[in-house]
Amino acid sequence: MMVEHRPALTVITHAALILGAAVLAFPIYVTFVASTHTLEAITKSFPLLPGGHLIENYLRALTVGPRDVGATVGTMMLNSLIMALGITCGKIFISLLAAFAIVYFRFRLRMVFFWMIFITLMLPVEVRILPTYKVAADLKLLDSYGGLIFPLIASATATFLFRQFFMTVPDELCEAHRIDGGGPMRFFFDILLPMSRTSIAALFVILFIYGWNQYLWPLLITSDQKYYTLLIGIKRMLDVGEGQAEWQIIMASTILAMLPPVLVVIFMQKQFIRGMTETEK
Amino acid sequence: MADVSIRNVTKRFGKTEIIHGVSCDIREGEFIVILGPSGCGKSTLLRLIAGLEEITSGEIAIDGRVVNRLEPAQRDIAMVFQNYALYPHMTVYRNMAYGLKIRRMPAAEVDRRVRAAAGILELSELLDRKPRQLSGGQRQRVAMGRCIVREPKVFLFDEPLSNLDAKLRVQMRMEIRKLHEELKITSIFVTHDQVEAMTLGDRLVVMDNGAAAQIGTPLEVYERPANLFVAGFIGSPAMNFLQAEVAADGRRLVLPDGLDVALPGAGVPARAGRRVILGVRPEHLEPNGGRADGIRLAVDHVELLGADTLVHGRCGSMALTVRLADVQRIDKHAVIVLHAPPEKLHLFDPETKARIEK
Repeated sequence: MMVEHRPALTVITHAALILGAAVLAFPIYVTFVASTHTLEAITKSFPLLPGGHLIENYLRALTVGPRDVGATVGTMMLNSLIMALGITCGKIFISLLAAFAIVYFRFRLRMVFFWMIFITLMLPVEVRILPTYKVAADLKLLDSYGGLIFPLIASATATFLFRQFFMTVPDELCEAHRIDGGGPMRFFFDILLPMSRTSIAALFVILFIYGWNQYLWPLLITSDQKYYTLLIGIKRMLDVGEGQAEWQIIMASTILAMLPPVLVVIFMQKQFIRGMTETEK
Repeated sequence: MADVSIRNVTKRFGKTEIIHGVSCDIREGEFIVILGPSGCGKSTLLRLIAGLEEITSGEIAIDGRVVNRLEPAQRDIAMVFQNYALYPHMTVYRNMAYGLKIRRMPAAEVDRRVRAAAGILELSELLDRKPRQLSGGQRQRVAMGRCIVREPKVFLFDEPLSNLDAKLRVQMRMEIRKLHEELKITSIFVTHDQVEAMTLGDRLVVMDNGAAAQIGTPLEVYERPANLFVAGFIGSPAMNFLQAEVAADGRRLVLPDGLDVALPGAGVPARAGRRVILGVRPEHLEPNGGRADGIRLAVDHVELLGADTLVHGRCGSMALTVRLADVQRIDKHAVIVLHAPPEKLHLFDPETKARIEK
């Protein structure tokens, strides 16, 4: 492709990109601005510049919590974090084992199981939410971390991804390992796991964000404020009925809710890109 | 070090039989090459010996112990794979040490063996590298190092040189031979390359279609091929085959173009008047220098290779190739009459394809 060096074109492309970036960033900026003012300041005439109540608002959100919710943002963040990490690690672990079984062991109905897993790809959580709720309730998982995490752990996507990766690992590697005298689990931990490192990192980023953003399931399964996740908390903050929602606290919570996924992406960006693009093993 | 005995081994995948009853006794310290075209079952046979595939019937014994039901790790063998199968995330050192660590060998002994093997294979400088930082030849050496440190009873090689470029292949071939002379470990080497086979093997097992077509030293296989397949497979350019008939006295062959060829010694009187296939290698034919008998060649084209000249043509309707020493100026469409020393002629039965002893 020709690379053109016309100044006018450069100006136009940059202007278009800046405009696009601004459109995307503006709501986040507004959220941030709102989280630094008092409630009166926001409700009267909306300010466009950050105010001086940043520390006050965030501290209140984290330690006291908004009215009528019954949990601090700190607690809810911790809950969200436990849930997101639980889902992420659980999904990765289960998927790795499932893919390992499907690719490396010949057992009865192997393909049936594979297709069963694969078909669940087409069923989102919402479709199977009633039976899942019934099962979780019967297992006494309502209002517990287990209830938040376990039903979301099974992952056809991750299993499928690892299966595809394992199938590219040459058979000879497994055979060489057999000749070296290692058993199957040893092969899994010593050879396959280290080789999957970059795929695991990439999946970690995707799944962490997926787990952090879970809304419907935690909403159903928790009624005790102790187990509220941040996303539910924000929703609850809005349900004030006749009163006035505390917008400055809600906005501060929103900014806080965005932070962990952003940090995960920033810190794991390198591994993420490598996991998505690297083919050489 | 150990002997390996393969007795009437068959292998079936589903309904198709891949190996049809191969038997072979491999002596202690011997270097055996299993040679054959692709799809002849040579790699499968090696994998049966390694224990990577289960044998359907028959028996394999290593050092007198039947290993049919043993896992690869219990057979005390080591194997070099075609694509080396190095663990990509481990350094050269850890690749070589891994098998020993699994066997819970003391760390000091592991270290001693790895360093000794690295010394032999000139890998000492590369112990901290990962496989992807190595060249093809170096990876190949690491794969051999991983086998050497185990000090196994038998080495198995599955076409280990076929991923290397031509020059490196020749070099590694000599290194493998040298290594074998140093370590004297019984080795089984699978290849489709006859030059590798001829240069490396103490004995060859020539495989055809899942069966051993001939087992013998490289020279035996070259000089006295047991059947048409071996005769055509060993040697390059391949042996010429001509339809012929044994004359009434049993001492001469009559070719379709009317010329005669003398047979050595007493000939084959028992076959007088019968049709046979005459095999003669391109390198054993020479211009006949005015004799009355010989093989008539109508030249189609000539290839000048420098060291020698290949002349391709026809004898009657049958293709014939001759290799003459040095550069020979031969016209296209010329007709030359060729002679081969009687003891260099091979006769085969057109029905059974087997060699007819003279």
